[in-house]
Amino acid sequence: MNIIIIGNGITGITCARNIRKINSDATITVISEESKHFYSRTALMYMYMGHMKYENTKPYEDWFWSKNRINLIQATVNHLDTVNKSLKLDDSRILNYDKLVLATGSIPNNFGFPGEDLNGVQALYNLQDLEKMEKNTSNISAAVIVGGGLIGIEMAEMLHSRNISVTMLIRENAYWANALPQEEAQLIGNHLHKHGITLKFNTELKEIRTIDQVNVHSIVTKQEETIDCQFLGITTGVKPNIKFLKNSSIEIEKGILVNEFLETNIPDIFAAGDCAQFRYVKTGEAPIEQLWYTGKMQGETLANTICGNKTTYDRGIWFNSAKFFDLEFQTYGKILPEITPEQESFYWEHENGKISFRANYNKSDRSIIGFNFIGIRFRQVIAEQWIREQKEIEYVIDNLKQGWFDPEFSDAYDKKIAKSFSSNPIN
Amino acid sequence: MQDHSLSLAKPTEGLLSQKIGASLIAAALLCAIIAAFGQGETQSVLFFGLIIVFSVAGGIIFSIPYFKAIPGIKNNGIMHSPATNRGGIAWGIAILMTGFYIILYWFPNYLEGLIRTMDPLSSMLRNKPSDQWFLYGTLYTLAVIIMGIRFIGKYRSNRYQVFRTLSVMFFQLGFAFLIPAFLLKLNQPEFYFSYFWPLKYSYLFPNDIDYLIQSGNIGVFMVFWGLVMTFIATPILTYNYGKRWYCSWVCGCGALAETLGDPYRQNSDKSLKAWKVERWMVHSVLVFVVLTTALLWLNSWKNGTILGDASGLFSQCYGFLIGSVFSGVIGTGFYPIMGSRVWCRFGCPMAAILGLFQRFKSKFRITTNGAQCISCGNCSTYCEMGIDVRAYAQKGENIIRASCVGCGICSAVCPRGVLNLENLAEEGRFESYTRQGNK
Ligand SMILES: Cc1cc2nc3c(=O)[nH]c(=O)nc-3n(C[C@H](O)[C@H](O)[C@H](O)COP(=O)(O)OP(=O)(O)OC[C@H]3O[C@@H](n4cnc5c(N)ncnc54)[C@H](O)[C@@H]3O)c2cc1C
Ligand code: SF4
Ligand code: SF4
Repeated sequence: MNIIIIGNGITGITCARNIRKINSDATITVISEESKHFYSRTALMYMYMGHMKYENTKPYEDWFWSKNRINLIQATVNHLDTVNKSLKLDDSRILNYDKLVLATGSIPNNFGFPGEDLNGVQALYNLQDLEKMEKNTSNISAAVIVGGGLIGIEMAEMLHSRNISVTMLIRENAYWANALPQEEAQLIGNHLHKHGITLKFNTELKEIRTIDQVNVHSIVTKQEETIDCQFLGITTGVKPNIKFLKNSSIEIEKGILVNEFLETNIPDIFAAGDCAQFRYVKTGEAPIEQLWYTGKMQGETLANTICGNKTTYDRGIWFNSAKFFDLEFQTYGKILPEITPEQESFYWEHENGKISFRANYNKSDRSIIGFNFIGIRFRQVIAEQWIREQKEIEYVIDNLKQGWFDPEFSDAYDKKIAKSFSSNPIN
Repeated sequence: MQDHSLSLAKPTEGLLSQKIGASLIAAALLCAIIAAFGQGETQSVLFFGLIIVFSVAGGIIFSIPYFKAIPGIKNNGIMHSPATNRGGIAWGIAILMTGFYIILYWFPNYLEGLIRTMDPLSSMLRNKPSDQWFLYGTLYTLAVIIMGIRFIGKYRSNRYQVFRTLSVMFFQLGFAFLIPAFLLKLNQPEFYFSYFWPLKYSYLFPNDIDYLIQSGNIGVFMVFWGLVMTFIATPILTYNYGKRWYCSWVCGCGALAETLGDPYRQNSDKSLKAWKVERWMVHSVLVFVVLTTALLWLNSWKNGTILGDASGLFSQCYGFLIGSVFSGVIGTGFYPIMGSRVWCRFGCPMAAILGLFQRFKSKFRITTNGAQCISCGNCSTYCEMGIDVRAYAQKGENIIRASCVGCGICSAVCPRGVLNLENLAEEGRFESYTRQGNK
């Protein structure tokens, strides 16, 4: 069996590794344009800030690939011929496959602002972007970031580490408000403010200005405010990277359409990770999952299917985590920015304004739905178990200590939380 | 238009403070060199004062920005700086430190002037003039305290880091510096209650034991203490807490590595090859010291008839190769190039024994929190023991490695809260996390 995987990100690589674990005979080839070896995209910011070198971001040493007989090709796939089951690379090589995995990841969204291709205006997704950012930000003093999501805040921290002043334009009325409830959004906003980041809420970009027709010089917001900057970071989300499939017979919408087995409409062609879009989605679940974790789980599931053990992709109980400057954030279960009428939400915040806890539960049977933690590390196994077993909120609050995962000697806040819960009239 | 009033936390605000601090430390170094060239003999009090004041003031001023910053661990710029990323400055420091060790061990007469500056302190503490080892002990303790303050500032958001650093500072100052000095003052044997066989190998050598026993009740207690610590306390403590109780909370070598060596922890080699070399080396040293000890006892039991001088030669060899060259010259001198725990990782026989306990019979592990790892690599990068922590974390496996000294830095720097040092039931500590479906 000759398997080709396009994309050496977490999805493609997890798939390749797991195929090799199950099947020692298959020929496995991974083609990717960005880098020869798999590295962690999530560590891009740490390279810029000088916490790590590129070498440190590679989860496997270079010998790993030949030892596991995973062939690596650094090239761009330009064309897919589904009839002859072949690929054409940018160096005109033609490769044949028996099974093909598309794990091409994402590209940044762009909205075609005039001036978007001026020097100093850029997104951040891959190594090439990072190199560009290194050049674009040397010896500058002010930057603007459009978009208040996870990559935006990482970019803010990166720039801040080089002593560049940062203004963030955020369309909503609080930081990351389309994912976070008001209180958490506020708390994080305050923390950013303490670090000297200027947040402009309810603000959108209107115009990018230049004086010399080469470099960005300032931007104008929809409120007609002008902000000088020598760097403009565009972090308004990502979309599936599927341009080379546009004229193929593979069905695409926003992403490559797949069923629950991650199969596309063409036999023997699969898609997974950031580039895949599920045809059928349960309510409350996203059709496209753009996360490290989901890419990893999809890659693993797909390896089973490809090796003959057809497996449904099941994302399990939702979880995610992030870090906003010094604040760690963990979430388990689905916490909506605003609760539904059937739900109740309990929120506790430490008086230092840096630690918070939220538990959402169903009004009817008081069963737990999910958690948000800021500044608290919590055990995933415990959170998942409680959500799966639909434990009552009272049980959860009484047993919080079980899930505590903060380093030894840290304060535990379970008692304070319990006290606040019992004195709260709505509960 | 910019709102400068909001830019409170400029990351370079502390730069001036750090420059002044570094200059003062350089001045202390200069004084030490001048003293060594002879001035120290004639003006010992003056130079002693200058060295101590400059270095302590420099260390504190250097550390101020860490305490003023918003709490949170920042490794900004470490891989860009020639001082921490094996650049010119790092090599310079390495050559300086290695050179110092070589002179200290084998050409102490070149340090005569510097040794004399320590006379006032030495006579106060020990009632006798200073020697090269007192000089070394003083500088060592000074380094642990100054760089310990810096460490606490940098990692102050994490209480485990603060506590264990206070602990090593305490043991270094009290148990490895003041108490041995006072013992001398009281005409008792100079004994280090915080070092045990096989790290302090001679404590179970027949000569040392004879000498201690002959020096009276306190000496007998010292022998007893050494035996209890090596054979009873060590296994029990390591079973309950892992080897960290010693390596990251008590040991003086660990103290220097964690404080003076902290800026270099990222330079440890994480490759599988380095791990293989490490296992061979550290266990060979262990075999070497066990063999040496056994030979000496056999010899003394047979009144020196079996081996004659051979066993003495063996122990001298060990002392030279392991005790001096490895633990001092390479172990500390190479900090800036090979990371802070070169000795602890490749050479320390105590670490080898504790490691075997930790790996096979202990409640200690670093727990991985489910599937939260994003494979970023911060943990592996900052593990001074060169453990590829990420390799375990990204598989949802706990980290149970003989070499782990339980410094807790991997857990402290993980941006996703994935790792936690824990002492839990022994059963199931090797079990990994498996994800369950929703239905
Ligand atoms: C800065 C940043 C921080 C992030 N942090 C987090 C985080 O903390 N947590 C989290 O869950 N997620 C995070 N993400 C998202 C996460 O990194 C992605 O969801 C994940 O990397 C997607 O993996 P993938 O394997 O599907 O695709 P990718 O990692 O994008 O890999 C796809 C690869 O395919 C290659 N490729 C594409 N087309 C072709 C072609 N035609 N020919 C050859 N090669 C091709 C690309 O060059 C690319 O290298 C972050 C993303 C970024 C950019
Ligand atoms: S630092 Fe944390 S998230 Fe990063 S690789 Fe290590 S365990 Fe994983
Ligand atoms: S694994 Fe973690 S705790 Fe152990 S030595 Fe390495 S960094 Fe320290």
